[in-house]
Amino acid sequence: MSTADIESESPAPPPASMSTSGRRLGDSVFSYLSIGSGLLIFLTLAAVAVFLSTESLPAIIASQEFAGTADFSLIEYTLPLVFGTVLASAIALLIAIPISIGIALFISHFAPRRLSSTLGYLIDLLAAVPSVVYGLWGGIWLVPKLEPLYGLLNTYLGWIPLFAGEPTAPMRNLASASVVLAVMVLPIITAVSREVFLQTPRLQEEAALALGATRWETIRTVVLPFGRSGIVAASMLGLGRALGETMAVLMILAPGATFSLHILEVGRHNSIAANIASKSAEASGVDMSLLIFTGLVLFVLTFLINAIARWIVARSGPKS
Amino acid sequence: MNVRKNKLASLAALGFAAGIALTACGGSAEEGTSGASDAGGAAAGGSGYAELSGNLAGAGASSMGNAQTAWTETFKGLVQAEGGDITVTYDPTGSGTGREQFLSGQVKFAGTDAALDEEELAASAEVCSGEQAFDLPVYISPIAVVFNLEGVDSLNLSPEVIAGIFAEEITTWNDPAIAELNPDADLPDTAVVPVHRSDDSGTTENFTQYLSDNAPDAWTHGPIETWPIDGGQSGDGTSGLISAVESGNGTIGYADASQAGNLGTASVQVGEEFVDYSAEAAAKAVDVSPREEGRAENDIVMELDRTTTEAGTYPIVLISYLALCGAYEDEATGNAVKSYASFMISEQGQQVAAENAGSAPISDELRTEAQTAIDGITVG
Amino acid sequence: MSTPTAVQNETSMRRSHDERRLPWYHLVFTGLAGLVVAIAGLAILDAFSIAAAIVVGFLLHLLFGWSYSLLREGPRWATERLMTLLVIGAFAVAMFPLTSLLWEVASRGMTRVLAAKPDPFAFWTSDMSGIIGGADAGGVFHAAVGTLLITLWASIISIPIGLFTAIFLVEYADQGWKKTLGTGVTFLVDVMTGIPSIVAGLFGLSLFITLMPDDSVRMGIMGAVALSLLMIPTVVRNSEEMLRLVPMDLREAAYALGVPKWLTIVKVVLRTAIAGLSTGITLAIARVIGETAPLLLTVGMVTSVNWNMFDGRMATLPTFINQQYRAGSANCMSDTVTNPISQEVYACSIATNIDRAWAAAFTLIVIVMVLNIIARLISHYFSPKLSR
Repeated sequence: MSTADIESESPAPPPASMSTSGRRLGDSVFSYLSIGSGLLIFLTLAAVAVFLSTESLPAIIASQEFAGTADFSLIEYTLPLVFGTVLASAIALLIAIPISIGIALFISHFAPRRLSSTLGYLIDLLAAVPSVVYGLWGGIWLVPKLEPLYGLLNTYLGWIPLFAGEPTAPMRNLASASVVLAVMVLPIITAVSREVFLQTPRLQEEAALALGATRWETIRTVVLPFGRSGIVAASMLGLGRALGETMAVLMILAPGATFSLHILEVGRHNSIAANIASKSAEASGVDMSLLIFTGLVLFVLTFLINAIARWIVARSGPKS
Repeated sequence: MNVRKNKLASLAALGFAAGIALTACGGSAEEGTSGASDAGGAAAGGSGYAELSGNLAGAGASSMGNAQTAWTETFKGLVQAEGGDITVTYDPTGSGTGREQFLSGQVKFAGTDAALDEEELAASAEVCSGEQAFDLPVYISPIAVVFNLEGVDSLNLSPEVIAGIFAEEITTWNDPAIAELNPDADLPDTAVVPVHRSDDSGTTENFTQYLSDNAPDAWTHGPIETWPIDGGQSGDGTSGLISAVESGNGTIGYADASQAGNLGTASVQVGEEFVDYSAEAAAKAVDVSPREEGRAENDIVMELDRTTTEAGTYPIVLISYLALCGAYEDEATGNAVKSYASFMISEQGQQVAAENAGSAPISDELRTEAQTAIDGITVG
Repeated sequence: MSTPTAVQNETSMRRSHDERRLPWYHLVFTGLAGLVVAIAGLAILDAFSIAAAIVVGFLLHLLFGWSYSLLREGPRWATERLMTLLVIGAFAVAMFPLTSLLWEVASRGMTRVLAAKPDPFAFWTSDMSGIIGGADAGGVFHAAVGTLLITLWASIISIPIGLFTAIFLVEYADQGWKKTLGTGVTFLVDVMTGIPSIVAGLFGLSLFITLMPDDSVRMGIMGAVALSLLMIPTVVRNSEEMLRLVPMDLREAAYALGVPKWLTIVKVVLRTAIAGLSTGITLAIARVIGETAPLLLTVGMVTSVNWNMFDGRMATLPTFINQQYRAGSANCMSDTVTNPISQEVYACSIATNIDRAWAAAFTLIVIVMVLNIIARLISHYFSPKLSR
């Protein structure tokens, strides 16, 4: 927090002012509101955590690992789901991040200025398409279109474990789900990165250009370093959506529970959120607890991934 | 279906019950149906619509979702025509959630693909003012075996072959086992792609029950709600399954018959003949089945005879039940539930569901029994 | 045009001249060359299709354009060309699914909206009361009202909390226990982004069931609370990022002029960041306006309008889309369906449920579009007229 030294001095009231008490009041109200909001989030999260824990406790107690009264094992049930969730989100982000940064740069630095606000608007719009619609579109329109591509990947790149296996049509596999997830997170990552790129100090950019840098060199040396933490934050937001996405995965993926890396094969993977949604309707008692336990796991998983991302940002040094 | 037996002795004195039912039913039918212009002779529950008001919430099986929409709206129309004003809602959240919400008092009635079991019945007394809850069959629907195979519109399949296909033993369409049953069809050597429901559903349970009753050697997994075989194509919900079957070639699945759309449907072997699904054939399969023993008299649960060889029956049938309380503390709620339940099982109600959701109407005999059970609900 | 571009130590003026030494149409030539080679190659391999030709053509164009530029302009400009092409390529790649999606929704949805009976746009002014079976009628007025009300309340709850939390993190959490709290809040917000929507729904439901005497309680505000749980982290994350981008100089200048801290935040920090903030908030609204799972559990579904957030069930567009999609194809026993409430007679259509689902999706996008425009206008009128 590089701002610390400045702000610690700032609340010192300038004594000459007429409305000192008003200022003090405003300051303290504002400060209380801010701190209150922070605390409220603290409490809400604590409530959610308590809720998740108490609700999933019966499953934990009854599981094979502990009392053994239920016929499921927490680890055996949850790990394949975690694997599927992480794999799907990772592939989605691998596809989405480079493309998003490309679009964001295109809008902020390449497109004609008049066009750029319209394009930005279009991208924002896409962030609002409900996931049910992404599911509908993905299942009906996209999956058949991807079939030839999967055929090619499987035939020519089958030696890479990811593309190995025997895909069967319809291609309701993890790869399709990841592609749709990528499309879903594109607008989010793009919108945030674009906003950050646009905030790059104009002077620095002009300085780079004046020193003879090409447009790409300016971006590489000024814009991207400036926006690094923004890109990470944007990707994390996208990841949050990808990890927790329910409907689209549910409507596209034919689920299974294995640790297979073969993303083109059908019925091998499932995600935690989609699994909760598809099973919760008929679940009750300890089975419901088990589902809520997987929700708790997703919670922890998201935190771990976010923590790693924060650590990366912090380690890569202070931004300009 | 549920196999756990209630310890309670069955008091099924059928003649006695039917006698009461007839009087009760006749009585209510004659009273004031005047207001409902298009009611077309509502069999029951015509009375007292004018006094109904407020909200009534139900939840449960998505299988009867379409039927419930038709029921709630038609019921609302009937009530409004008599000057009452009530909003009945039904959340198709799934049978399990529906039962849970019903047992915790969140909804006043539930729709469920599996009748309440002993434990749930015992637990129900807590929210039902001391009386136990009970089940009524309100929605009977054939489950069609749908397939999408280029150049083939109709197929004859025996239970063994269906089981072989879904157990992934039969893997190509020109397999001798299929060809034998379909001498006229031009079967390609396309791979058979069985598609199942990825969510837990009553449809899967009824379908696998049929398979394990009729072809226990070919289907060794027993009746299950969750698909037992890893991998394979699947779809979420009926619409998801249908869309998966539609988008592949050589795909085969099972779904509520009203959703079959343009897909080919298989005729199923019953005895020596092959029967195509129809509402009548499904209703007949229910009619030839006995009631499940060991349940209270008002708890009407059918023990579906899926191995029947009687001509003209279609044995892959889904029965959805309505779970109601034996007593309602709140008078308005109780009366609303009674009127609405009576309407659902009435001839008109069943007809509305048949027309709008493709279900099979319940028989008159079943209706009389169900009406007796509804009339037995204590209110206030 | 043919001057060699051995750029090493020239002045910047000269250099920007050099940039134009190879005019843009050279790119078109290399592009066409790539396309022709791709078509020829694919034709020889007997795998020709328009999509494949465009993809392979673009990849070849990257190669050709880069090599050509390398020869004529030198490595730095070649990289520039390559990156420009890649960025444009990324944009094109993304536009393809995005436009197809919008097109799909718009064309399918618009047809239904315009063809609504009895008059166009009746889909937006009527509700679903009495619409049964395959009736080719009905509309989403009730669901649109529900979505707007619930989203409004979710925003009323989330935006202040989210914004103040972001302000706390950026402006106040600098030392002592506040810093510890700030770290904790950052941590928790990170965790919050991972709440699966269905868990938010379960939480909202059990919260209100615990608070209320009636177990069967379902009302709009429950949905709004559940959605806030999903919306707050997005607001905090976005706003925090935007507030941190406000240059320190501006704050220092304000403090130096004796402006109190809270006024500095309101008049300087927030105003400078308003464009980013409004994008962030629009995104947050967009994140929740299409949520289905929490609403399914907390607000249920009705067929007519309910204006009261604190009593009774509500219909919303996402749950409506979900419901209609799940209802699947309708059953048509006869050509007409009679509305049991109004006694109107409608035509029967098997595809009516799916049609309504698309039309409702289209409606939702239109609503978001309007909200988006409003947000843009706000940020346009309030943001300081600075450099751009």
